[in-house]
Amino acid sequence: MGISINHISKSYKHVKALQDISFDVKPNELFGLIGPDGAGKTTLFRILTTLLIANEGNATIAGYDVIHDFKEIRKHVGYMPGKFSLYQDLTIEENLKFFATIFGTTIDENYDLIKDIYVQIEPFKNRRAGKLSGGMKQKLALCCALIHKPKVLFLDEPTTGVDPVSRKEFWDMLKRLQQKNITILVSTPYMDEAALCDRIALIQDGEILQIDTPETIVKQYPKTIYNVNASNMYQLIMSLKAYPHQYSVYPFGEFVHYTDTRDGFNPDELKQYLQAQNLSNITIEKTQATIEDSFMEFAK
Amino acid sequence: MNSNKVIQVKGLTKMFGDFTAVNAITFAVEKGEIFGFLGANGAGKTTAMKMLIGISNPTSGSAHVAGFDVFTQAEDIKKNIGYMSQKFALYDDLTVKENITFFGGIYGLSKLKIKEKTKEMIDDLGLEDVANQLVGALPLGWKQKISFSVALLHEPKIVFLDEPTGGVDPITRRQFWEMIYRAAHQGTTIFVTTHYMDEAEYCDRVSIMVSGKIEALDTPKKLKEQFQVTSMNDVFLKLARG
Repeated sequence: MGISINHISKSYKHVKALQDISFDVKPNELFGLIGPDGAGKTTLFRILTTLLIANEGNATIAGYDVIHDFKEIRKHVGYMPGKFSLYQDLTIEENLKFFATIFGTTIDENYDLIKDIYVQIEPFKNRRAGKLSGGMKQKLALCCALIHKPKVLFLDEPTTGVDPVSRKEFWDMLKRLQQKNITILVSTPYMDEAALCDRIALIQDGEILQIDTPETIVKQYPKTIYNVNASNMYQLIMSLKAYPHQYSVYPFGEFVHYTDTRDGFNPDELKQYLQAQNLSNITIEKTQATIEDSFMEFAK
Repeated sequence: MNSNKVIQVKGLTKMFGDFTAVNAITFAVEKGEIFGFLGANGAGKTTAMKMLIGISNPTSGSAHVAGFDVFTQAEDIKKNIGYMSQKFALYDDLTVKENITFFGGIYGLSKLKIKEKTKEMIDDLGLEDVANQLVGALPLGWKQKISFSVALLHEPKIVFLDEPTGGVDPITRRQFWEMIYRAAHQGTTIFVTTHYMDEAEYCDRVSIMVSGKIEALDTPKKLKEQFQVTSMNDVFLKLARG
């Protein structure tokens, strides 16, 4: 009852939005599609939710074909688009009732599924959706996508533009939904959310860069990464980029992530070089790769 | 007033009726510093920034930006700052060159200066091939780099960046931060509002607003030590959840 995607391609005029995409999402899996704006995430979601037809390839959702069985799919999937798509001038309760009714169900019938989330916005149930904060809109949209008890849930960038507290709460909710036998495909541009998924696909410019568990992807990073720091960040970056043995130099918060082309790299040698460039307070320490390091390595 | 303090804010407050959106905030930002201004949705970041850029009158307190008083010299502030936001940056239906000319004109640069700056920017960002293309046709990452450069056209003392890098791919995003580091290195002060905590990690110092007040202000390193966590995201969660 998961998702199966086989060689899907889609072009708009001159843009190849998706190129030969294939992957499976297992039943009850929380699967993340991780990539920047313009990677093709929304196009793929629209194909899988039967709102757009691919140029090539096929896909099944909960065993139903996206072309031939589109009506069945629409009964069994929940879709939360990236753009807030509820009725702004209906209240929280009216929106929820509306979605329950068009799917031929009632709020009471599936209340169990949304209860955890709905109680958080219920005190405001008479407020119009257009007047809600970002975090509350997001919770309402999730309730509306769940009210017909879907087998598969599609969440397109649910946490974009939402503050860290609401983001954390949202991921906690997804983990709980997973326990209730729902397969979840979620997209995000935030690399740090990758670790919260069972498996992820890294996507850029319409192509899949890698598919695996986040732990495995990070473990497979081919180089040793060093956290380098010095008193002047800009000069540090420029000096590292000018170092003949550098393989990659990426600012990473308060550090620069540095990798070297040589196997027998000696950090002291780099330190001496940086000192000769008039940099001070230099520290060089080994660090672990993150999903973002892996993403950049694949995209290089 | 200390000339190295490019932004100096004391007890700045903004009320809407009975509601205190910004509650007596006090902080200062040094020349060439990258200052992160963080807070949850609704914490008062946008209201505070609007006061600093001279488009909203404070209820009380004092603030000087680029040496000018927000109460009495708002127009001078606008001329001496740059502003860039992800929501609004450039005109999609003007070409790259036209955008530069337009914004140069708005900032009151001479024709000669605009010409110089246009050439400088095109060389600097490697825009030769796209200079006459509509901005709307360019990838998001390019737009952001161009709009940051446009915000620097009139050589402002401070640039305000409103959630600048959301949604961009990780490599482009780092190129963007390198541009920010360069501007700061050259003495431009950078004021970044964001609720993306990974952007916060790049700042020299960070303030975190909770319900209208600044509840924490320090370097990312010290904040992480203070709250005994490993990321700014966790600092934020600890603060916002109390």
